[in-house]
This record gives sequence, C-alpha cells and structure tokens, in this order.
Amino acid sequence: MRQIIFLFIGILFGITMYKSEAASWFRIYEMFQFKSFHMYGIIGSALILGILMIQLIKRFKIKSAYGETIEIPDKAKSISRYVYGGIIFGLGWGLAGACPGPMFTLIGAGVFPILVVIIFAVLGTWFYGKIAPKLPH
Amino acid sequence: MELILNPWPWYIGGPMIALILFLLLYFGKNFGMSSNLRTLCTICGAGKSTEFFNFDWKKQQWNLMVSVGAILGGAIASQFLTIDSSVAIHPDTLSKLQELNFESAGMAYMPEELFSIQAMTQPKVLFILSFGGFLVGFGARYAGGCTSGHAISGLSNLQLVSLYAVIGFFIGGLVMNHIVLPYLL
Repeated sequence: MRQIIFLFIGILFGITMYKSEAASWFRIYEMFQFKSFHMYGIIGSALILGILMIQLIKRFKIKSAYGETIEIPDKAKSISRYVYGGIIFGLGWGLAGACPGPMFTLIGAGVFPILVVIIFAVLGTWFYGKIAPKLPH
Repeated sequence: MELILNPWPWYIGGPMIALILFLLLYFGKNFGMSSNLRTLCTICGAGKSTEFFNFDWKKQQWNLMVSVGAILGGAIASQFLTIDSSVAIHPDTLSKLQELNFESAGMAYMPEELFSIQAMTQPKVLFILSFGGFLVGFGARYAGGCTSGHAISGLSNLQLVSLYAVIGFFIGGLVMNHIVLPYLL
C-alpha cells in the first residue's frame, strides 16, 4: 500500500518534467547553447529551495511520515569518479538530450524512440558494473 | 486551468521539483532516478555474474514505482494537460537548428529528425540514440548519480562531490553540443 504513494510522487514528477519542458531535447540543446534562462531557472530554483529545505529538516530534526529522523547519506569521498563519470554522463546527456528521469516521462508521452535510449542506458549501466573494479574511483 | 495547460515557466517547474524532493525525503527515501537503471540490470539477472548488481532489488521497488509514475505522468501531461506541445526555444537556437536541417524546431516537443519512427531507419540517428543512452547509463553509475541524484539531491545537501559531478555533466554536455554534435547532425 505504501508503494502507491511513490506512484503518485512519480506521476507528479512526470507531469512536472513534461510541462516544464525539461524532458524536451530542444530545451537541453538550448541550455548547452546558453541561450535561455529556462533550464538554469528550473535547476537553480529547485536547488535554492532544496538547500533551504534540507537545512530546515536538519535544524528542526523534522521527522518522516513514519516518525523516523530524516537521514540523507553523504556521498562517498572521491574526485576522479565524479569528474570522469560526470563528463561521460554529460557527453550522453548532450547527445541523446535526455537524462534518466525524463526518459521515463517520454515513454508515457508516446515518444517511442526513447526506448532505444533507455535500453542502451541499461546496457551502459551493466557495462559499468562489469568493469567497475578496473576503473579509477 | 489555462496556467496548467500552457507550458510551465521555470519558477513553477523548479519549485515543483523541490516539492518532489521533499515528498521523497518525507517518506523516507532519496531522490535519484538513475538507480532504477541498476535495478533493471539486477531484475534481468545481472547479479548472478556481477557483484555490483547482486542486491535485493525489492528494496528499490519504491523507486521503480516512481519511474512507473513518471511514465504515467508523461502520458497524463501530454494527453490531457497540453494544448500546444511545441517548445518556444530562443530565436538564436531556432535558427541554429534550422541551419542543421531541424525543420521541427520550434514546432514540436521533440525533434522529428531524431525521435520519430522514420528517423530511426537512419543508421546515424540510431547511433546517436543508442550511444547517447549508453554514455548516460555508464556515466550516471560511474558518477554515482545523475541530474536528480547530484544536481538536485546532492547539491541541496551541500555535497562538494556532487559539485564535481555537475561540473563534469556540463563539461561533457558542452563538448558534445558545441564540438561533436555539429559533425554528427
């Protein structure tokens, strides 16, 4: 039953990705051309509110819906994996014009060629898992 | 109603993403969409041969539900909450794309030249979609997150390493957009 909540959060997310045009290839292309504030406004305003929210959660020890302390794990310390992985991700983001969240939204919007992108994103993930022990982290 | 049916400006889209981040935290989870790609590998049986995929995917069921919701949300938004889906990109970007023979620029949500069944008969387009997807999947897991996990979740939690990742995202995206893509299109 708890899972239904996540379905609704996902629906809200999908509607937001589609309606804010963050799922549009054109908006991603335009973002990397530095021609519009739109995408920077979306990410920037989400970020400012997110920082405020997490500071408030920590300061006032706000509890989750289940009465537990909200914990946000720190990311593992490293530089190389974030820089190398980030650049590889960015190359793909610039090429396919979609990141993992919007990919799902686009299936629902009937953009079926996105399935090719998703299948290969799964393959890319699998390939990472295969060769991860050999990569600098 | 008109406000919903028109494209949402950034000052609606951004706060909505912050709301989604809050809802996930409030229900005891963390925002990160690319983890689902790893879960899909595990469901397909990748855990048998690779340690990285050997985990109890049922613990990630909630995130798969978010993905299914994202699909439904895309369907609801495009079918019922949109009159005109064309994306009003900046005139400079529009003319640049027209030079690259993107006739659908300014008139559609996605470029017909890349994301239509006809376009998929071209090897070049199939290469762009498949290689792009592969790099996104590989890079997201190598970096330990994508736009949602690092640019939103990680930076909101003031994680310095997420800043490294986001700088990487933009280096990669800019190189692709300005240096590689013009030769591919």
